Order: sequence, then C-alpha cells, then structure tokens
Amino acid sequence: MNIPAIEVTNLTKSYRGRAALRGLDLSLPSGRIVGLMGDNGSGKTTLLKILAGVLSDWDGSVRVAGHVPGPESKALVSFLPDASFLPDTHRAADSIALFERFFADFDAAKAREMIDFFGLPWDRTLKEMSKGMREKVQISLAMSRRARVYLLDEPISGVDPASRDVILRGILGNLDDDALLVVSTHLIQDVEQIVDAVVFLKDGSVLLSGAADDLRDEHGTSLDSLFRKVYAS
Amino acid sequence: MQIDDARPIWAQLVDEFRRRIAVGDWRPGQKVPAVRELALELGVNPNTVQKSLAEVDRLGLTTTERTAGRFVTRTTAAIDEARAVLAATTADGFAAAAAGLGMSLDEATALLAQRWNSRKEDR
Repeated sequence: MNIPAIEVTNLTKSYRGRAALRGLDLSLPSGRIVGLMGDNGSGKTTLLKILAGVLSDWDGSVRVAGHVPGPESKALVSFLPDASFLPDTHRAADSIALFERFFADFDAAKAREMIDFFGLPWDRTLKEMSKGMREKVQISLAMSRRARVYLLDEPISGVDPASRDVILRGILGNLDDDALLVVSTHLIQDVEQIVDAVVFLKDGSVLLSGAADDLRDEHGTSLDSLFRKVYAS
Repeated sequence: MQIDDARPIWAQLVDEFRRRIAVGDWRPGQKVPAVRELALELGVNPNTVQKSLAEVDRLGLTTTERTAGRFVTRTTAAIDEARAVLAATTADGFAAAAAGLGMSLDEATALLAQRWNSRKEDR
C-alpha cells in the first residue's frame, strides 16, 4: 500500500466558465470501499469521469493507480457511468462478448456467474428489461474486470430495496481485497453499511471526509444524518 | 442482527461475535467463518469485519493461527466470561427499565420470577 490508488491535488474543472470542481484534493488508498456523497451538481460525476479518463481539459494533478488518466490508467480502472452505455438490442451474452473484446482483464465466466446470481434472463434484450435489471447487467460487467480501481456512478439509484441489497452483495462478493471501490450516491443510506470511508462533496470541493466508524463515533449519528446536517449548515 | 447506523459498526459486530460465542452458535474450537463470508452475511464492509474479529481475538475469545485461520477458543473461562458479560448487560437493561417504571427491587425480582415460570410453561 505504498502509492495511493487515487491521488488528486488541486483539481479544477470548468464547463464553459462555470466551475464544476474547485481545487479538489483527495487521496484514497487501496483495499477500501469509499462512498462519494453529494447533492446533484456537487461534482461527483465530473470527478469520476476525470478519474476514469473520459473527460479532459482539467487543471491540477491526478494519479489513478500511479498513472495520469489515459490509456494506462484506463486498463486498470473499471468505470460504470451513470447513464446506460449498452445498446438496447443487446442480450446479456452480447454485452459480455463486447466487454471481452474491449478489456484484457475481463473475466467472462465471472460475468456469467453474476448474471445468474442476480437471476437475470438470458433471453431478453436490454430494452425488454426493467431499470433494475439493466443496472444489474451493467454492474455484472463492471465488477467482472480484474481492475485495481472501480468507479461506480450512482449504481443503485432508483432500484427497490430488495434489489439494492442483492446488488450490494454482488459488489461485496466480487471485490478483490486490494482493489479500491468508489461508489457515488446522493442517498447515503443505500451504502451506509458497506463503505469504510466517505467523501462529502459540495460545490466542487471536499466538504468532509473520513472513516465511516470514526465519523459515527465522533458525531454520534448515522452518516445519513451527518450528511444532512453538514449540508444544511 | 439489526445494525444501528448511528453507532460505529465495528463495535456492534464485536458484540454480535461475542454473543455468537457466548450462546454457542460458534462452538469452542470451531473455525470462524471467513471475513468475506461474514461481510456478505451481514451486508457490511470486509475491513470492518476484520477489525472486529481482531478485537474478538484480543478479548481472548478467538485465536488466529497464521496458516490454518481463526478458531473459537477452547478456554472455557473466556467463554464463561463472555456469557457473564452478556447476561449482566441484559440484566442491566431490565433493572434500568424496572426502576424507570418505579418498581422496587422486591417487586422487580418477584416479576422476574413470575415471568420466568410462565416462560417455562410456554415451552
């Protein structure tokens, strides 16, 4: 654990003059599950996209698994974007084949196992699946890469509680001990019990961060209440 | 187990693992389930489970052997103590609640004896 899995210093990003990230600093070690929390517009998605190497034109210093975001880091980072990125006409097997062509570290057998673990149908196209089912397909694909860093942007938004629990178990059961997982959400209670650290973003910078149990101990509240409190002030 | 999000989870897991050993869910000499298995069962972070198990080691209720894994102690004194702590905590809860209702020790004791007997009849 000599180099942090993610090291960000003074990161700034603007869209047409409007700042989305303002001098953000962040250092995250390997072997953790980190909740990236914040309201809509706080910069969560922008930060994840920069870390994933899909967004350029930013200022500051960013290292992901030791690399500046680019082809080398992308080979080590599994990014699950907020929006659906798979063709509607795909069945699960088509998407698995696609990932197999694209990513050297993709484990197709593991993906098939996860599709079965989630109880997803093999004979339906994505278009014929519910929102929750599509999320599960995408999570199966993202978690089946043998990556060093996983970046999941709102992976459980808008799914029912039963699906949420199954998804969280799918994530927990398929994460290597020495990988870093960053999961963004605006509903902390969804991930409250699986994160070991949290980062609260507000207006493009870090408002508060720390180990989950330390924050509970210090403030005597759940992360969810703490989040509401710090955002209100 | 029901997790309270307002308190550190690792401490709640320590209580849960002590309870399992005290009541014999985990028997003396039995291998403790793997960290990942417990994390999945309880739906919590594996590092948190690891931290809790290290504390249960420190309490002398489990021992870790470098190659074989982690086992529940065979030392009955340690398990008896865990059971005594669990029983005392439960008794404290009852005592506080009974006192809060304005009961005397005699009344509380009589009530406990009465409920104790009706519990036997239920079975």
